[in-house]
Amino acid sequence: MLSEIKHLGSEHSPFAAVSVHDLTVAYHRKPVLWDVDLDIPSGKLVAIVGPNGAGKSTLIKAVMDLVPKASGLISIYGKQFRKQRHRVAYVPQRESVDWDFPIDAIGVVTMGRYRKIGWCKPVRSQDKQLAMDALKRVGMEEYADRQISQLSGGQQQRVFLARALAQDADIYFMDEPFASVDAATERAIVQVLRDLRSTGKTVIVVHHDLQTVTDYFDHVIMLNMRVVAHGTVEEVFTNENLRKTYGGRLTLLDEAAGLLARQSSKV
Amino acid sequence: MNTGHSISDTSFVLPTAEQLWRVLILDEYNTRVVILGVMALGIVAGLVGTFLLLRKRALTADALSHATLPGITVAFMVMVAFGMQGKSMFGLMIGAFVFGCIGVLLILGIRRTTRLKDDAAIGIVLSVLFGLGLCLLRLATEIPTGNAAGLNGFIFGKASSMVASDTKVIITVAICTGIIVAALRKEFTALCFDENFGAAQGWPILRLDIVLMTLVAIVTVIALQSVGLVLAVAMLIVPAASARYWCTKIGSLLFVSALIGCLGGWLGGVVSALVPRMPTGPVIVLVCGGWFVISFIFGPVNGIVARQWRVWRLNRRVAMQHILRAMFEVSSENKLCKFESIVETRSWSQSQVTRLLSRLERNHFAKKEEKCWVLTGLGIQEATRVVRNHRLWEVYLINYADIAPNHVDRDADLIEHVLGTSMVEKLEALLGSDAVSTSPHPLGEQE
Repeated sequence: MLSEIKHLGSEHSPFAAVSVHDLTVAYHRKPVLWDVDLDIPSGKLVAIVGPNGAGKSTLIKAVMDLVPKASGLISIYGKQFRKQRHRVAYVPQRESVDWDFPIDAIGVVTMGRYRKIGWCKPVRSQDKQLAMDALKRVGMEEYADRQISQLSGGQQQRVFLARALAQDADIYFMDEPFASVDAATERAIVQVLRDLRSTGKTVIVVHHDLQTVTDYFDHVIMLNMRVVAHGTVEEVFTNENLRKTYGGRLTLLDEAAGLLARQSSKV
Repeated sequence: MNTGHSISDTSFVLPTAEQLWRVLILDEYNTRVVILGVMALGIVAGLVGTFLLLRKRALTADALSHATLPGITVAFMVMVAFGMQGKSMFGLMIGAFVFGCIGVLLILGIRRTTRLKDDAAIGIVLSVLFGLGLCLLRLATEIPTGNAAGLNGFIFGKASSMVASDTKVIITVAICTGIIVAALRKEFTALCFDENFGAAQGWPILRLDIVLMTLVAIVTVIALQSVGLVLAVAMLIVPAASARYWCTKIGSLLFVSALIGCLGGWLGGVVSALVPRMPTGPVIVLVCGGWFVISFIFGPVNGIVARQWRVWRLNRRVAMQHILRAMFEVSSENKLCKFESIVETRSWSQSQVTRLLSRLERNHFAKKEEKCWVLTGLGIQEATRVVRNHRLWEVYLINYADIAPNHVDRDADLIEHVLGTSMVEKLEALLGSDAVSTSPHPLGEQE
């Protein structure tokens, strides 16, 4: 472990939930992420914001080893990611799967327990119970036996969230969980995020709605193929940094600045 | 019963009842061998095919099965060259299996290294390897020893050549494959539903895929003799696709798919045993196809009939609610609820209104009194509820969606029928329960 900390460099804290060291990712040789280098503190709600194509999803996928890295090292609580997989849960984008799949809501959530159940073993009743608890936490217990194609978009998103909760991890990566969901779902997700934080978990969320960043999150990573800024929302989520992040796209900049102005007048 | 044989060789003779009975109870040894074999094949193809279909790899399996032809001929040539019995079933199966896997690897290779997409890669591998197989087959028949004459039976299958040992192999392989599918059921489910999720947990996605495609290759190989390599993929796809019209859970899907495959094998075997010169493989596939058509039309999950039935029921309920509201509103204006005044309220035909009124009468919602129609107590209760939903929605639209009062009637028309209890409660909480004692717009203006 000591050697791992050493090769991560002295500027990385071994107490950080996630440390990303010099991460570069390229798709077909076209770089999408350059030299990302950051520590994500433990027990915080962290937003990743940036324009379309900024590499937000790619960043969390690269951290989770789902896309090949051109270079870079990831560590989770000071240890290599591969040894810490069980402490990490992932909520992919809702559109990434076929919701016509023949399974019910509780079945999807139970998948969160598969790793703990182990290879080739049947699902135990205690796992079913844990999955049901997870569904309750997102307010979906009534829909446990519903075929997933018959759920609304927001309900599907909550099922995905429940699956991650059933994994009982320490770090949660969520890819746009708030994308086109109804108000009830948004409230439910925010409540779950806060519950997770209060039990010391770390949640890293790819987020597209600048308006809610200050309300929902403690930390923010502002990304545009590189890390423009990262730190606490109060320090980093400024006009200046937003302009840098969304630079070159004036309409977006104006919109973002307007949102920020509205946000600060509210506080 | 047709007993006289006609002159022509292609005549069709109906089987006698005794023949039919003997086939059905698998009395004859040869028939029993064939039918048990194809039934086992149907079961295991149904199981593996379910996951193949959910993984969206059906066409890859087609390429795989075509790629087995060069494998069979190469295996034959090698065995003859080494002075063995050229048509050892086991050797041919190994050859078919190896080339099937090579076919899948070629598809993966083409997709990775070129810009071609899946469909093109599959098309290339399927056709080229099948062509290669046909050429090798021609060469194999030139070999003086070994007697390659029966090899082309693998193209379309030749179930009548099956012997007891073949059936034993098929059943053993089917049982092993079934056990593997059962053991890996949860892993395959996660793989097919959300591979990224599995990968994030550190599952060996690639290896799981390899296991799945290996199972597909095994099923294809044991299907070669009875169904033939051209049609083998049908045994994998058709039962699984039919099963999707009957159930929505993966467990029951596996069961129904295996059942359809099994029944297909049994019926197909029976038919081809009864009708002379009818090839078993194609008949089995046709029977499975028949199951698919039945499922597609009558299946309770998205079958045509089920869908139409739901639409029809909704339309009927909507029409009933419309006429109840029309009667309620006509009588609330202290007018007599005459037939003509009901017809005037909406753009519906007289015959439609007559039908609806008689249905109201049958349900004890309304009765006819001399020249006019009167709602019964039950009818008034139901009509009040319908009108209330309608007005709640209208008021909501006017107050919260800024829609002009003279437009809301038609908008509410679309929504009122689907408002559930919880929605109504929310609307009441929002608007106050006394908000709808009267209509928010003058009645009788529209249409």
